[in-house]
Amino acid sequence: MTGVSTITADELVVAPVETGFWTRSRKVGLGLAAAGVLAAIAFGALATSQTARFTLSEDAQGAALAIDGTVGAILFGLIAAAAGAAMFTDRWFPWLLGVGIVAFVLSFLCWQISDAPAGQNFMPLVNIVRGTFLLAVPLIFGALAGVLCERSGVVNVAIEGQLLMGAFCGALVGTMAASAWVGLIAAALGGAFISLLLAIFTIRYLVDQVVMGIVLNLLALGLTGFLYERLMQTNQAKYNQPPHFGNWEIPLLKDIPVLGPALFRSNLFLYLALILVVVIHIALFRTRWGLRTRSVGEHPTAADTLGVRVLGLRYRNVLLAGVVAGIGGASYTLLLYSFTKNMIGGKGFIALAALIFGRWSPTGALLAALFFGFADQLGVYLGAINSIIPSQFLAMLPYLATILAVAGLVGRVRAPAADGKPYIKG
Amino acid sequence: MTTTATEEKKAPEQPKESFAQAFLHGLWAANTVTVTILAVVLALVIGGILIVVSDPDVMAKYGYFTARPGDALGSSWEVVGDAYASLFKGSVVDPAAVSAWISGEGGWERVFAPISETLTYTTPLVFTGLSVALAFRGGLFNIGAQGQAIVGVILAALAGFLIPLPPVVHLVVALLAGALGGAIWGFIPGFLKARTGAHEVINTIMLNYVALYFLTWIIVQKGVQNPDRTDAISKPVDSSAQLPRLLGDNLRVHAGIILAVLVTWGVAWLLNRSTLGFELRAVGNNPDASRTAGISVTATYVSVMVIAGALAGLGGANMVVGSTADALTPLVVAQIGFDGILVALLGRVKPWGVALAALLFGALRAGGNTMQSVSSISLELVTVLQALIVIFIAAPALVKAIFRLRAARAARLSTSLAKGW
Repeated sequence: MTGVSTITADELVVAPVETGFWTRSRKVGLGLAAAGVLAAIAFGALATSQTARFTLSEDAQGAALAIDGTVGAILFGLIAAAAGAAMFTDRWFPWLLGVGIVAFVLSFLCWQISDAPAGQNFMPLVNIVRGTFLLAVPLIFGALAGVLCERSGVVNVAIEGQLLMGAFCGALVGTMAASAWVGLIAAALGGAFISLLLAIFTIRYLVDQVVMGIVLNLLALGLTGFLYERLMQTNQAKYNQPPHFGNWEIPLLKDIPVLGPALFRSNLFLYLALILVVVIHIALFRTRWGLRTRSVGEHPTAADTLGVRVLGLRYRNVLLAGVVAGIGGASYTLLLYSFTKNMIGGKGFIALAALIFGRWSPTGALLAALFFGFADQLGVYLGAINSIIPSQFLAMLPYLATILAVAGLVGRVRAPAADGKPYIKG
Repeated sequence: MTTTATEEKKAPEQPKESFAQAFLHGLWAANTVTVTILAVVLALVIGGILIVVSDPDVMAKYGYFTARPGDALGSSWEVVGDAYASLFKGSVVDPAAVSAWISGEGGWERVFAPISETLTYTTPLVFTGLSVALAFRGGLFNIGAQGQAIVGVILAALAGFLIPLPPVVHLVVALLAGALGGAIWGFIPGFLKARTGAHEVINTIMLNYVALYFLTWIIVQKGVQNPDRTDAISKPVDSSAQLPRLLGDNLRVHAGIILAVLVTWGVAWLLNRSTLGFELRAVGNNPDASRTAGISVTATYVSVMVIAGALAGLGGANMVVGSTADALTPLVVAQIGFDGILVALLGRVKPWGVALAALLFGALRAGGNTMQSVSSISLELVTVLQALIVIFIAAPALVKAIFRLRAARAARLSTSLAKGW
């Protein structure tokens, strides 16, 4: 019983691969085409003839892409439908899907913006892009923590707990040492602490990895909540007034139109997140460590046979994941706020969703995190223009998108083969 | 996919012993009861350490520990002892109330108040715990008890204040609505698992949040929101749909606990005596073999999740038709779904074990309230204790190593679930 048999229950349940005319691409295409036509009709009818302006600044001023609301809603709806129709050629699937989704969103926005109260018929793109990236920061860190863990075969459901512990330790130690940098290191160690528990119990004591992750989330919630009430609430000044990192402008890059003010006049955490995506991507696919990590995640026995220390590598990667997630948690307390109970509030699970939606790859995770960040930011924006779309439904979007992705409706997602299976030598 | 092959080598056959010998022999072996008790002890010890290190006054005394160790140890003992005494008084019995009753100064209600509180907190945990445990036995990890409870509480509350019905019928309708809501929310991941192989862990996590956002949305809709209030709270459930209280109006324990015991019995029967239960356990143990034997694995997955969802939905319904609350708020179900996971694990995914585990967790919650109000120790300590207990339960090898227990069979959680995404 080595736990590495290649056929698992899950694979057998999967519906047989579609053959014949109705390939996955064509099915999705049909759905997209229908959604596009529906958007053209419904959004077109609901939109007003007000001009919808997408301004390239932080307010209504400056250059703008402008289009008549009704025309825009119909036009973009039809573009989405056309992209769906083009999918029947069975080619360029990811590109057509991307175009289709963007067009659908634009059609929706034309309706919303033209329908906004008078004087607010504009969408400041710089604000939207900046908000999207800022809201995505903890998701990127969390999803990268998931990539590091799960690529080496350890399921990481404890992202929420790692973020929370990072936020807490960052606030506590940062305040006591009166230094944001010390706080950052403490946050990394805090995340690593949760990771250490995850590693010891799942690798050494073979506890089910999902079970352990869930329990660790509750442990982190209780632990930080307990210490928050005991220490921070009684003596706010001494334990919970963390120093904050300011905004750093990057020379040259900050002058790029739209992207400059949105991205490169930002904070340490955003830069760090973007750098980490690149570093982990290169490390995972271009270095010896990456090859070993992936092989341990796919087929540990084979890796072991070739002399890779499976358990050691897993320990190291899980701890590294905790460091990454801990830093992500610090982006809550060392940037804007002080610590409050349960302040991560489910972002760790959206990060998990981003990991899965991004198919366990760093770049995929980045894109998924940005998509979810955009959904979040859109909710804020629509709230500001008194939209009739309830923000709660936008908040559901990441979760629904993940369910669709996992169910194989928007492309097949496949976890590393040995993800979640403990490795027992021999 | 057993991962415990190395651990489960049976000890060589022992010669026959008398009952007393067997009892003493078993006492220090790593069996279920011993490991559970030691896990609770370990959790309490760590909780005590947390209380001490988070108390600045006591920690100050550790500053001169080498000079006068008695000071530090004495005050540590005092603060921890005081906290755990409150925990006990709030969940089991308060000796002061008993002596007051005997001497005629106090009423009987104060004597039974702790038990009443414990049972009130126990009730929903029995349902969510059974939900998770049942799915476990069928080879599925239902992290979605939280979401199922939320949808259950929504439908139960809507039935409770939108449909005018005579007393008993109204209660039954509200409970059934709760079960239906949970069943729908359980059906989705079950169906997706059966049809597409989508992992139920991912889908149930996601559906938890979908349910939560749906709850926060529906509370503030016209016809649902309480017209007298501006905050997010719904109309109260009609009194005709409330479960009757068992010990008078001053004590919160209600008929939900009786329902919980009946449902536990029902689940035990379902698992051990019914055809569906047999198929469910077979699929949980080995889906391939079950399929070969002619059991429809997909149908079993769907029915397991529907029943598990209905159970969690009943637990959710309990939160508005019992005595905990009578209206929807964003936090109306608290954490009963997540706690249900811990309860199921602690109860070794057996129905009566789950009921006992729920009783322990209910007692911790009830006692935690007293600990917070009397000893001003944050209620969050209870969450820490619960998580720690389950961590130690889940890793009996660790407990065994700490206390140098002898090996015994059947002391560990089934790790046959370790099958990844």
